Amino acid sequence: MTTINIDGSDYEVAAGENLLKAALSHHQDLPYFCWHPSLGSVGACRQCAVVQYQNPEDTRGRLVMACMTPVVDGMRVSVKAPNAVGFRAGVIEWLMENHPHDCPVCEEGGECHLQDMTVMTGHTSRRYRGQKRTFENQYLGPFLNHEMNRCITCYRCVRYYRDYAGGTDLQALGSRDRMYFGRFEDGVLDNIFAGNLVEVCPTGVFTDKPFSRTYTRKWDLQSAPSVCQGCSAGCNIFASERYGKLKRVHNRYHKDINGYFLCDRGRFGSSFVNSDLRLRQAGVRIEADLFQQVSIEAATQHLRDLADSGDVVGIGSPRASLEDNFALMSLVGEANFSCGMNDVEAAMMDQIFDLYAKTPDAVATITALERADVTLVFGDDPMNAAPRVALAIRQAARNVHFDMAVQAGVPTWQDAGVRGHAQHALSPLYIATPLPTGLDDVARQTSHAAPADLAVLGLQIADQIASPPSDDAEGFVANIARDLLAAQHPTCVCGTASAEPAVMQAFAAIITALIKAGRKPQMLCTSAEVNSFGVRRFAGLSLQGALDRMQQGSNAMVLQNDLYRREIPAMVSAALAGAGRVLVLDSFETATANAADIVLPVTTYAEHTGTVVNCEGRAQRAYQVFEAEGQDIQPAWRWLSDFEHIDDVLHACAALPAFEGLEAVSPEAGYRTATNSRVPRATHRFSGRTAATAHVSVHEPKTSVDTDTPFSFSMEGENTGQAGALIPYVWSPGWNSNQSLFKFQQEVGGSLTGGEPGVRLGFAPSKSSADGSASSRTKPATGEVNLIPHPQTFGSDELSSLVGAIVERCAPPTLWLNPDDARALGLSSRDGATWPDAKTTYLVQLSDQVTPGNALASVGVGTGQSVLPRDAVTLIKDSAFTPPPDLIARG
Amino acid sequence: MNTHTELIHTLSPEETAAIEAQIAHLPDRQSAAIEALQIVQQARGWVSDESLKATARLLDMSPAALDSIATFYNLIFRQPVGRHVVMVCDSVSCYVMGGEALAGAVKTHLGIDMGETTADDRFTLLPIVCLGACDRAPLMMIDDQLVSGPELADLTNVFERFA
Repeated sequence: MTTINIDGSDYEVAAGENLLKAALSHHQDLPYFCWHPSLGSVGACRQCAVVQYQNPEDTRGRLVMACMTPVVDGMRVSVKAPNAVGFRAGVIEWLMENHPHDCPVCEEGGECHLQDMTVMTGHTSRRYRGQKRTFENQYLGPFLNHEMNRCITCYRCVRYYRDYAGGTDLQALGSRDRMYFGRFEDGVLDNIFAGNLVEVCPTGVFTDKPFSRTYTRKWDLQSAPSVCQGCSAGCNIFASERYGKLKRVHNRYHKDINGYFLCDRGRFGSSFVNSDLRLRQAGVRIEADLFQQVSIEAATQHLRDLADSGDVVGIGSPRASLEDNFALMSLVGEANFSCGMNDVEAAMMDQIFDLYAKTPDAVATITALERADVTLVFGDDPMNAAPRVALAIRQAARNVHFDMAVQAGVPTWQDAGVRGHAQHALSPLYIATPLPTGLDDVARQTSHAAPADLAVLGLQIADQIASPPSDDAEGFVANIARDLLAAQHPTCVCGTASAEPAVMQAFAAIITALIKAGRKPQMLCTSAEVNSFGVRRFAGLSLQGALDRMQQGSNAMVLQNDLYRREIPAMVSAALAGAGRVLVLDSFETATANAADIVLPVTTYAEHTGTVVNCEGRAQRAYQVFEAEGQDIQPAWRWLSDFEHIDDVLHACAALPAFEGLEAVSPEAGYRTATNSRVPRATHRFSGRTAATAHVSVHEPKTSVDTDTPFSFSMEGENTGQAGALIPYVWSPGWNSNQSLFKFQQEVGGSLTGGEPGVRLGFAPSKSSADGSASSRTKPATGEVNLIPHPQTFGSDELSSLVGAIVERCAPPTLWLNPDDARALGLSSRDGATWPDAKTTYLVQLSDQVTPGNALASVGVGTGQSVLPRDAVTLIKDSAFTPPPDLIARG
Repeated sequence: MNTHTELIHTLSPEETAAIEAQIAHLPDRQSAAIEALQIVQQARGWVSDESLKATARLLDMSPAALDSIATFYNLIFRQPVGRHVVMVCDSVSCYVMGGEALAGAVKTHLGIDMGETTADDRFTLLPIVCLGACDRAPLMMIDDQLVSGPELADLTNVFERFA
């Protein structure tokens, strides 16, 4: 540690750190623009000027930029010195010259870093009377608005988008006072992390487009700490509501998971809560496609009758909370419960559990992936399965930059210096996936092959790790083995998206080989859904077993699960047709719900409190944001059990051996802050409480009392000093924007003052003995291909696909073929192709990266149905197919 | 049709060869960006969106990344210019020596303002910061020829040299 003196007080700060970060870590109010905790310092904006004194006698000092000044022991600086204050006021006056002062119509107003800094520096009166420069804005796609006139040229947007997220289509254009941050021409920003620009931009140049259509000021939002439902990463989010609608999602910092950034599927897909397909009443089917509304009591009676029938299977869901799944399992009994994943995915999850249980120390956190010096991405593309994980891997690719910087004596936070010195140097990243990935641009070497072939490749890698290759051995496998063995933090990432257990078996062999060789690898396995790693902890029936019993006449209860997305549609239809009575609990109309006899409406993640487990095995609580519209809607666990409170369900669940330690997931309903207060969901400036429902009644409605959580549905309470899991939004005096986060951290980029949310659960070996040997793929005959599912970032995920902006971003259903196969099949690029029981026509894309004899089909997009690995499928050309316009042509 | 404003979607073999020759001297293709833009501008008078896309493809970079370089330099023209570009210095030495009067005279003579092109597409008038010949201030440059001193007394004669 280093001691520095700021304005007469001594502070202990981390050695080698820059002065700005050190000052902010001590919660000083020091204005800045271009610096960002994840992006480092460039010294561009000149806003963080302070006075540094040479020695004890020095009374004048000299101005330095805090972000560019390393701390040294005994250093004496002043934030409050008049010349520092005057300089900062001058800088902001100059930055504000061209700013349009359109705060009243700007989406950033009220949570704007520029507003905060302007007020903080005391620039309250405008002297500039000249003409302001103006720009034309661009169309940037369904997620972001562009308003360049507001720009203050801090460069954060391109430093984030280009340097951090790897985008190439947003650049700094022009020079001097005509700087323009935009695309070459109008078009969709193609990086899938573009949405973070909303929070990275210190003012309103990039704002959330769907949010701005039904806009609410930050101070009028009711928010709660939540967990993104988009994949198994479990990114922490602030979810915010007004007038019964989920308005927007912001990043909620978690040191080990998402840090400062989310992916666009999470940020813009989380408003599926507002879907028109929401179920709001309980119904009983009286004839095909016709349901009659019934009361809660009648519906509950139907449920009881089914539970008491003596022959009922319960199908849970990886998109439902632990509490909901537990309630269903308890009701139907373990022997009659299925986790709701198809058997291939369940088998792969079991393989992951076995691997995690065998090598618990190797299970990485997501942000730990950033520190890898050698990375292997194996089996599937994390850009599709769990995008935030891919963003962490991208950072690992430039770890060598920091080593080079240290050798050259450049501080690692000196962003421009570090990048300039390293040029194109990259840490080794190897990618072995079915198709090129969004990380290939930073990969040292890639190999793209069908999953079964990847499995063979993986076993070769494991072999080479066991018997290391000679130094001059060439080739993909030898390079990976050599680099992984030489690495300090050899890191491997896999997932279930390949739908090929042999891939996971080969991955396990690589990890095992590294450990046998005395190395300390770190690994992470991803899956598609938010609670796959939670629900698979419940023992029970396979999905196939449950569907078989249904087909033979058993009754069934299906919890938040569209079976058509899991299994072959014909098989699901047969099960639903053969079953006795089928009861579906879901938040949305699905194909399964439409085939049910009884449908019960349940709340979504935003309307109830629930616990989910992410791919690191971390259990986390997503707290209720607002109360569901519609009297009949309740959490599934309330429909299914007699528990009174969510904590009771959690305790009962935690009693199962697989959930040991779960109680520590987060503070319980009785938790109160130091002043014995609840934590308010609404902000202290929340307005219109007495008027919001005046069109219904002039009497102010009583605020609901929350018996399940420590939060209040009002502005009463204390949003400071609480446990880290209970921060509903960040806001601090003088810091109205999300930049106020540092006031909730022990140090910038470190732990939350109230501790990290969530608890990591242990893993036990699975009970099933999954056979992970490579399935015997026969070489298909001419005119046939083996079908491989290929999930997409946008469109394959069930919930986010209910959101219009996400649908706009989806590529059409696509089939990737090897050009040789296509020629043999009489198919060309942009033709339409289909197969006998496919539900749609797929756009043909040719890629010589596809292993001959295989076809990869995008999952879910346009059909809402599963695509399962299948051998020997006959492709048919759809001559009536018109290809959709080629979006790439828009630049 | 004026060849200078024609949209050309591909680079000519000569342009490609010249750019490749530059790339051969450099550690990576992107490093040739400025030279490539100059080569394209030399051949076409200016760099259209289509030319820029084609050049970016050749350099294996995104059009946005190349455009960020192109738009940084005021002598890479991203809009059509006339057959001859007239650049009048507005920097300090010329200013002191009567640069404003020179600029005014040129504007009057050509009948256009700064940043404009004559109706016959013959001249585009631009200001420039320093031509590196302060000893001859005030002065201007037409294409690659410096014009200063006594020559400036007869602008008709000066511009007649550029058809």
